[in-house]
Amino acid sequence: MSFPWASQYNPTHPAMKWIDERLPLPRLVYNAIGAGYPVPRNLNYFWNFGVLAGFALVVQIISGIILAMHYAPNALVAFDSTEHIMRDVNWGWMLRYMHANGASFFFIVIYIHIFRGLYFSSYKAPREMIWLLGMVIYLLAMATAFMGYVLPWGQMSFWGAKVITGLFSAIPLIGPTLQEWLLGGFAPDNAALNRFFSLHYLLPFVIAGVVILHVWALHIPGSSNPTGVEVKQESDTVPFHPYYTAKDGFGLGVYLVIFAAVMFFAPNFLGHADNYIAANPLSTPAHIVPEWYFWPFYAILRAFTFDFFFIEAKLLGVLAMFASILLLFFLPWLDRSPVRSGKYRPLFRPFFWVFVVVVLILGYCGGAPAEEPYVMISQLASAYYFAHFLIILPIISSIERPDPLPASITEAVLGKDGEEAPAAIDTTATTGDAAAQPAE
Amino acid sequence: MIRNLGILVGLFFTGVLLYSFLMGAYTYLTEEHVETAEHMFHEHPKSFSQPSDGVFGRFDKAQLQRGYGVYKEVCSACHSLEHVAFRDLQAIGYNEDEVKAIAASFQVPAVDPETGEATTRDGLPADKFPAVYPNDVAARAANNNAVPPDLSLMTKARHNGPAYVYSLLVGYQNPPKKLAEEFPDSMPGTGLHYNPYFPNLNLAMAPPITAEGQVSYADGTKATVDQMSKDVAAFLTWTAEPKMEKRKQTGLAVLAFLLIFTILAYLSYRNIWADKKH
Repeated sequence: MSFPWASQYNPTHPAMKWIDERLPLPRLVYNAIGAGYPVPRNLNYFWNFGVLAGFALVVQIISGIILAMHYAPNALVAFDSTEHIMRDVNWGWMLRYMHANGASFFFIVIYIHIFRGLYFSSYKAPREMIWLLGMVIYLLAMATAFMGYVLPWGQMSFWGAKVITGLFSAIPLIGPTLQEWLLGGFAPDNAALNRFFSLHYLLPFVIAGVVILHVWALHIPGSSNPTGVEVKQESDTVPFHPYYTAKDGFGLGVYLVIFAAVMFFAPNFLGHADNYIAANPLSTPAHIVPEWYFWPFYAILRAFTFDFFFIEAKLLGVLAMFASILLLFFLPWLDRSPVRSGKYRPLFRPFFWVFVVVVLILGYCGGAPAEEPYVMISQLASAYYFAHFLIILPIISSIERPDPLPASITEAVLGKDGEEAPAAIDTTATTGDAAAQPAE
Repeated sequence: MIRNLGILVGLFFTGVLLYSFLMGAYTYLTEEHVETAEHMFHEHPKSFSQPSDGVFGRFDKAQLQRGYGVYKEVCSACHSLEHVAFRDLQAIGYNEDEVKAIAASFQVPAVDPETGEATTRDGLPADKFPAVYPNDVAARAANNNAVPPDLSLMTKARHNGPAYVYSLLVGYQNPPKKLAEEFPDSMPGTGLHYNPYFPNLNLAMAPPITAEGQVSYADGTKATVDQMSKDVAAFLTWTAEPKMEKRKQTGLAVLAFLLIFTILAYLSYRNIWADKKH
């Protein structure tokens, strides 16, 4: 689907015509990311992060495929083969640092992308499917990153694998059996390492597939925008190419500068020193912590320190950790406010920023040792995390009085009588009923 | 429906968390706070800088060679360097013949071509530094039940690694009086040595670098305990990441390219959007 004013693919070269009649792939690209895709003209820089996430995924897949040519997924030699890549493979050090830091940057990008979605309510109708698919990508990315971190077979790889698979042992009755089945043994060893490698190679291609669905679903209603007001007329949009290809090109440049600065000058800053010690099942590290992008959830997991009636604290923690991610799938139906953008939601805004701070606090506590005062802080912060999505957001959406919305994107950009006045203004959209414009 | 269920789930988790918080806070306030010896006496590494630090950092080859000398004469008695090959030493300024001589001074495991029995031979440049002990049991038996760790990656395997290695080497001292008074259990036991830079304060390694001139430096640098400790920390920074110099040089070129790319991308972005207000 596209807007009626979208420009049509019109090949002039005979070869392109020939291809278009047989396999209209250039047409697909033209309509997806070319001049045939009209995009709201008022997107801010936060709308760069979708393209950046796609780019980061491609970097991971390419660097990962080459690393897999030199890596050996066997518990006896995995650690040494990683060092072999760092020392003896031509440019191996660069590929490995690119891949390790690339994972972190992938998560930085998708976290900004997700928070963008939260602030501008990009998950609301008619874009629920985009949000749901995005959450599937996020879950797959977390599984992939976790298994990738196990592959170098350092101390944190081993003990991280042990702790995370140990979560499944909290499930009543079948838990311990399930953990053994997942690991292929009683503790992480060669069987676990091999299947993690296999899945770590498989899942990124599954992610790529879901990304295609994510972008497909995006092209049905078209991109959202910072006002949250839907596109109504041609003057609200610009063609994706050249306008947003140029803007994304600049965004990509800035992203690459930051990525290169970290990758070349602080490549181990985001990692943990213990992972440069070969895995040793007989020596437990003082503090077992996952990679930073799991810290908020790790804090929620560890916040449950007391049994609640008949439910063990460990099981509660595991349930809460999975619930904290799964509840995001229900967000489109929890937040019923008809207004999308946080810009026009005076009551929602402060709670949103409190939520951002709470997640940062949870992240800090998740990386800190499991001792006071961090446990008490993560208990309060986790309580807010659940309350925000499950209690505060539903209540806000029914009591909030939103600020008046602009009649159209064009009006938001140019003012009511801008010099680029559109030829045909949608007469039904007056300022009066704009404030109560439903999101559906 | 979803919202009602959501509120119930939300109230459940929030309730359990607040209950845990209150229980935890009560315990925290009523229980006597136990101070640990590690918390009181463990010290962060001293500040330490070396020529390879920073964006433009380069290894000082003379220092790395001195550091190798310290490793060879002191550390290598107990610590292996298993990820480093003799040929790698060319990168710190030894020529081919010197590398051959260094390799030949080590015995590496081999198989006797006549009998097939395990034996040893002189090292070759392509060999890696051999293990010091045949296995961990032997290592423990020889070192008061502690395995001397491999040093190849030591400066990356510790937080703030080079500073940690340096601080540990110069940090041996007599246990403070306060430790004996307040934590008699944390006093170094038999065969252990007090060092506040070691996470649990006591380690099995005896002070390795103790006297000035312990290692003879060919380049005339005065071999003080401090200097030798610095040099070996620098050498271990190199063994942990021999490609560091190349990494930083590549990084500068990549950044220069990307900055120009980004400026051009910005200008074309401005140019393309010049007629569109947004």
